Amino acid sequence: MRKRQTIRDHTAEANLFARRATVAILIVFFMLSIIVSNLYVLQVEQYEDFQTRSNGNRIKVLPIAPNRGLIYDRNGVLLAENRPVFSLELIPEQIDNLPFTLGELTKLLDISDEEIENFFATIRGQRRFKPVALRTQLNEEEVARFSAQKHRFPGVNIEARLSRHYPYGSTLTHVLGYVAKINKNDLQKIVEAGQEANYAATYDIGKLGIEKFHEDLLHGTVGFQQVEVNNQGRIIRILNVDPPQPGKDIVLNIDIELQLAAQRELDGQRGSIVVTSPQTGGVLAMYSSPSYDPNLFVHGISRKNYSALLNSEDRPLINRATQGQYPPASTVKPHLALLGLEQEIITQQTTINDHGRYRLPNVNHVWRDWKRWGHGKVNVTKAIEVSCDTFYYDLAYQLGIDRISEAMTEFGFGDYTGIDLYEESDANMPSRGWKRARFNQPWYIGDTIPVGIGQSFWTTTPIQLTHTVNTLINRGERYVPQIMRGFMSEVGTIELEPLKSLRPIVVKEPKNWNIVLDAMYGVVNREDGTAQAAFIDTPYVSAGKTGTAQLFSVGQNESYEEENVAERLRDNAMYVGYAPYESPEMSITVVLENAGGGSSNAAPIARNMMDFFFRNHSFPTQLTNAETQAKM
Amino acid sequence: MKRTQIRPNQVTFLQRIHVDGVLLLGLLILMAVGLATLYSATGQDAGQLQRQFMRMGVALIVMLVMAQVPPMAYRRLSIYAFAIGILMLIAVLLFGDIGKGAQRWLDLKVIRFQPSEMMKLAVPMMVAWYISNYNLPPKTNQVFIAFVIVVVPTILIAKQPDLGTSLLIASSGIFAIFLAGMSWRLIGFLTLLGGAFLPIMWFFLMKEYQKQRVITFMNPESDPLGAGYHIIQSKIAIGSGGLRGKGWLEGTQSQLEFLPERHTDFIFSVFSEEFGLFGVLGLLAIYLFIITRGLIIANRAQDAYSKLLAGSITLTFFVYVFVNMGMVSGLLPVVGVPLPLVSHGGTSMVTLMAGFGMLMAISTQKRLLSR
Repeated sequence: MRKRQTIRDHTAEANLFARRATVAILIVFFMLSIIVSNLYVLQVEQYEDFQTRSNGNRIKVLPIAPNRGLIYDRNGVLLAENRPVFSLELIPEQIDNLPFTLGELTKLLDISDEEIENFFATIRGQRRFKPVALRTQLNEEEVARFSAQKHRFPGVNIEARLSRHYPYGSTLTHVLGYVAKINKNDLQKIVEAGQEANYAATYDIGKLGIEKFHEDLLHGTVGFQQVEVNNQGRIIRILNVDPPQPGKDIVLNIDIELQLAAQRELDGQRGSIVVTSPQTGGVLAMYSSPSYDPNLFVHGISRKNYSALLNSEDRPLINRATQGQYPPASTVKPHLALLGLEQEIITQQTTINDHGRYRLPNVNHVWRDWKRWGHGKVNVTKAIEVSCDTFYYDLAYQLGIDRISEAMTEFGFGDYTGIDLYEESDANMPSRGWKRARFNQPWYIGDTIPVGIGQSFWTTTPIQLTHTVNTLINRGERYVPQIMRGFMSEVGTIELEPLKSLRPIVVKEPKNWNIVLDAMYGVVNREDGTAQAAFIDTPYVSAGKTGTAQLFSVGQNESYEEENVAERLRDNAMYVGYAPYESPEMSITVVLENAGGGSSNAAPIARNMMDFFFRNHSFPTQLTNAETQAKM
Repeated sequence: MKRTQIRPNQVTFLQRIHVDGVLLLGLLILMAVGLATLYSATGQDAGQLQRQFMRMGVALIVMLVMAQVPPMAYRRLSIYAFAIGILMLIAVLLFGDIGKGAQRWLDLKVIRFQPSEMMKLAVPMMVAWYISNYNLPPKTNQVFIAFVIVVVPTILIAKQPDLGTSLLIASSGIFAIFLAGMSWRLIGFLTLLGGAFLPIMWFFLMKEYQKQRVITFMNPESDPLGAGYHIIQSKIAIGSGGLRGKGWLEGTQSQLEFLPERHTDFIFSVFSEEFGLFGVLGLLAIYLFIITRGLIIANRAQDAYSKLLAGSITLTFFVYVFVNMGMVSGLLPVVGVPLPLVSHGGTSMVTLMAGFGMLMAISTQKRLLSR
């Protein structure tokens, strides 16, 4: 080994090394320049892009739910409020052993199987990092019990949020409706309406009634907060807040005292009461009996409670005031009288002689009057006052279905009134075309006769009936019934909802209105009026019309005996009325299912309501300036 | 052999303890920068900072001790160090501890030991020893044998598997051969051969996770939340640093923990995010300063062994820098090479400083007469 070193040229080797070292340092520079130019690309040329992505990492925008608008009655009484509730929420992603955690929580808080079932149903369709409520309403004791054990439950939190509460409970269910958790269908509609962002933080949505109809007003606009988060998504600090805009507070035309009175009057009965202001169409009270507690739905109704409501024979879920379809019976006699007068088929002087039976030539059928022996000689006025059926059998016969159908449709029968509720049915105004389409049968002359007393396929809803009576009162002017009176503006005044006028009914002879309205006056105020007994000695002057709708066809030679007819097939008692007669401030429709006669059952309730209305005349029923302007 | 110091009447304190002052200055500046960056990268963890500080102290002592050994002693030790290293590498493969899915540690009961770290120095020593036995430049057959010396430990370490270290060891040996003056023609030929070897490596030698790293490297966006996450977050950190950086302790990618492995392999991303391109140029200047000083020491060394060893250690140090910066900025696949003297961790720092101790020994311990 050593031998080789003797012939070593150290200078040459040193030079060789120096050359190679120089090459090496050049290579080092070259490679560093690659590094630097790459960094230049990243840090200078693509700086904006990476800056954005860096911010995208750390900055998250979180939606903040707006507070839902409150609902007041016309006098400022709170009807729907927001209250803090505590809910137990689980973030599935953060829980290692979900069954174990649920088991421990069940021990601690007595979670029911149904709650667990609902929980699993909810998480199935959700992102794993989204919190899911296991129990939506914790009482304070449960909150305390959980808080003490919180450390044992990572990923389980108590969340406080505002939740809807209806202090009047079942009194207003069919008016206000309720809110409940947004479900898949709601979500789809929200997406279709392009409202996804606005509902990003919202928990509840209006499901029924005013809450649903005026959802847009009540909901408000979502707010956002910009937060800095770490890689776990934990919020490090809040960078920026764009506060949500709360929903509008709504004022209704409803008077809660009157509404409560209506509830009392209908206690234990099936039926409905609608009170409106004829000059504006404003709905002052609207109660459908039986009702139910809307607060049950806000936090998710239990299956048991829900099926009880759903399967109840009394059908509490139906809003009878807007969805109940009843034959209008004699309550439409004034409308038909007006049509007869207008068509000059009758005059004020036209009289018939009523023997209690009506026959058509060559037809082997007898139509009875409700009064067995008839009313004797009656003209149009008396025919309304005593509710003579025979007069209207004949009138209907002479008018014919086509004219009746057309004119009554113009009044609004068989059509939606346009009230601010989605829960409304249009009921039915029969016609030849309708019968052909519905039953594939021709219209028989025998079908026309009972139309004269508001029967024979003719149905209406209480709100629709009220609407047509208001048209009579207003001598042809028509206003859409409205539950909402307006909303609170930012400065605290009420932005009144404009009146919605419909095409008015124009008569050839305006005097005909007087004839009809006078007859309704007579119903209440003249000796043989069908509602005279019910309205005796009132401090106000009212007018109205009774109605008794047959649900059960009595055989040709039988008479209707209440005791012999099953309860569900007994007559519906009806009453429409208004007061004061000269300048009406309120109009009312009372419908009692299977209660018997209108004059003996519905009229007294209407009277009670009117008494209450005028005794508590503290609310402004006169037009405000704004309303007058809106009307013009 | 008799050794004497140059100009013995003007011996400074640093010379007396065999420390190269210029090199030490560069290393200390780098360590200071490293501590500051680590403090930020660990989320201002004073404990971590203290432990790193202690490790630096230990590493400096190791450097100092290594500087006292005469280069000729290293030369004599070369073959033994290499032989022991190879035996231990084989032992690791047979009985090694498994940490993070790879066998790297040899548990000697008293201390746990990574033989691959020792090989980072033993391989260039061995190659330098072998080549310096003959006249430079080495002949083809000598180059061939030198390559065998390099390839055996490289493969043993790659099988652990530790791609980063095997890469460093291979390059340390190859640098020694290169500096010795192997012919350019041979370099060209071997480069072509290496190119041809790549597909063989891909299909027969690389493990699945290694292949995955390469795939991720080629297209990190293909799996942004999985394998590509590291490199994407790293590039975001570097890129969003811009020219001036977000400021010390202000890097959102690192402080908010979007950047993984931020105090070890990815600490350069933290540095780039907080100090920007200007800061990076400063850091590169420090590295370049150390490398230049190392090559100057190599060039001034008196014998071939010292020259080759010093050059190889210096250039390997550069490979650390290049590979680490390259991999965190997306130029190279992620192979697990730390940023020297900045990344958290003691093992590699001790090895590096031991190497610098050798450089200092070569720099300060010179015989009066060259042979």
